[in-house]
Amino acid sequence: MNSDAIISVRTYVLVFIGLIVLTITTTAVAFIDLGAQWNTAAALAIAVIKALLVILFFMHVLYSRPLTWVFVSAGFFWLLILFTLTLADYFTRNIGGAPLPSAAPAAQAAPRQTSETAPRGLTTSESRATQRTGTD
Amino acid sequence: MSKSHPGLLHHFDDPEQQLDASQSGMWIFLATEVMFFGGMFISYTVYREAYIDVFAHASNHLNVWLGGINTAVLICSSLSMALAVHSAQSGHRRQIVFFLLLTMLLGTVFLGIKFTEYYHKYEEHLIPGFDFAFKEGNPGHAAIFFSFYFAMTGVHALHMVIGLGLLAYLAVKAARDRFSPLYYTPVEMVGLYWHFVDIVWIFLFPLLYLVGRHLL
Repeated sequence: MNSDAIISVRTYVLVFIGLIVLTITTTAVAFIDLGAQWNTAAALAIAVIKALLVILFFMHVLYSRPLTWVFVSAGFFWLLILFTLTLADYFTRNIGGAPLPSAAPAAQAAPRQTSETAPRGLTTSESRATQRTGTD
Repeated sequence: MSKSHPGLLHHFDDPEQQLDASQSGMWIFLATEVMFFGGMFISYTVYREAYIDVFAHASNHLNVWLGGINTAVLICSSLSMALAVHSAQSGHRRQIVFFLLLTMLLGTVFLGIKFTEYYHKYEEHLIPGFDFAFKEGNPGHAAIFFSFYFAMTGVHALHMVIGLGLLAYLAVKAARDRFSPLYYTPVEMVGLYWHFVDIVWIFLFPLLYLVGRHLL
């Protein structure tokens, strides 16, 4: 940040009030049933807004040089790659309810694995391992 | 004028260039921290999707009020840290020390509440490996939730402890009048670190304490 671009105390206090209000909001919304996906979406949206407030004002990025913007964006862009590629794999593994070819024999070996407790997304060998931990 | 400043290293032209270089380096470090915590967040997301019901039951064992108060305490400490940097920029030595100590106090309150929560989990047999007992669902799956809970909040708490050490170091240096509007780089960098740790908690709080709340 340029040494002449000092953010006023007033701005800091306003951002602080915003963060506290958003914290109260996210806690209150969590007790209202909006449907599973929307509760998660609301919680994450509020968390992203809070993080942006902290990054832009408390961490001065709004007033920083373009080079700092590049470093900040690169960090979060890599995080986006991590999430996109990982979730694209796990959340599409059981599309149509068909078991994975490699999962079929393993499922027979674990008769206690009912369809209710069958985990979505994880491979059956992993779920067998956790099942074993649970029943021991 | 600034050439003679004691904080200016010889390979930089002026304090502003030195601060810019430090800032770039600090953000690269923070990018690695984003990836470090990102790995735990993505694993948590995958397992939560797989065992969503047990994770909701397990999540409801966390105390949402203590978690919420801790969020507020951490946001207060971030404001205090921002004001410490502001005081350094405007050259108010006593204010820097005051706000650094206030930040440390709030950070300590956060850790105190956190360890109170850990102790409650110990009493309720919810620490995996220490007589773990869970009745509302598959205990193995619940143990996965609590393993994530302790790993993520534990690493976050470790960052807070390191931050407290850095703040103590800064407070001593500030009291000895080592900072000025021309050279306050360490205050600025520790500020970035402290706010980053705040951001991690801003995501931990809803994901661990809140998203399973309405499911029961």
